[in-house]
Amino acid sequence: MVQSSRTRLNTSFAALSDSTRRGVLLQLGRSDASITDLAGKFHMTLTGMKKHVSVLERAGLVITEKIGRVRTCKIGPRQLEDETEWIESYRQLWAARFDALDEVIQELKRKERVE
Amino acid sequence: MKNPTTVERKSDRELVVSRTINGPARLVFEAWTSPELFRGWWVPKSAPVSLLSCEMDVRVGGKYRLVFSFGSQTMEFFGKYLEVTPCSRLVWTNDEGGEDATAVTTVTFEERDGKTLLTMHDLHPSKEALDAAIASGSTDGTSESWDQLDELVVTLPR
Repeated sequence: MVQSSRTRLNTSFAALSDSTRRGVLLQLGRSDASITDLAGKFHMTLTGMKKHVSVLERAGLVITEKIGRVRTCKIGPRQLEDETEWIESYRQLWAARFDALDEVIQELKRKERVE
Repeated sequence: MKNPTTVERKSDRELVVSRTINGPARLVFEAWTSPELFRGWWVPKSAPVSLLSCEMDVRVGGKYRLVFSFGSQTMEFFGKYLEVTPCSRLVWTNDEGGEDATAVTTVTFEERDGKTLLTMHDLHPSKEALDAAIASGSTDGTSESWDQLDELVVTLPR
């Protein structure tokens, strides 16, 4: 269970390691869009955009639905269930960062005392 | 002894991180605004991520740009400073998500008894934008704890 959740997070992170895919996700956060709309917005070929969308779809971040000749993309159902987990890992990142910041500050204080 | 760090989603569009740092506000502020000092703490030592470059023109309207690498990937974060009040308040935009998706970060430094309460407040343009940032981990380029990131480097597609 833990393992599969990690794998999902990793797939998700890999999907979002690309700036176009991050942009697509944010765009879909505002409104659903067809592949053609997205290709236009990001100045890409349809084939290029289809590849990006399929990576996002595999990660569960986006779902697509074909109606007639148009494939519509929308935000996937993933984010809500992962929010608590995300907040905890985000907290851990900031705790580690602030621990290091505390060390930097202690060092600055030591230097000031010497001077 | 380490002080606790808290993260809270305050509303649909807001995320708040806070922590007390053991030092005066002027030093803590300096650590956020001097690239040399900033490099010393922004990326935790255990992280398989490195900060390739860090440019900060800390004044109202000045720009910043951070470039990170992990494995063979690089990620950039950039924006501009909206408010700079020495030792007390920094506000900047996060422009990497595109012009309609700019989040605004406000950091306040409140000194009490030689310690500083740091509060970092992120305001996203919409609920959907914050949901999307959480889903993607893109708020900070790192959604997972560091050991998960470690695994990720191995699993990244070519």
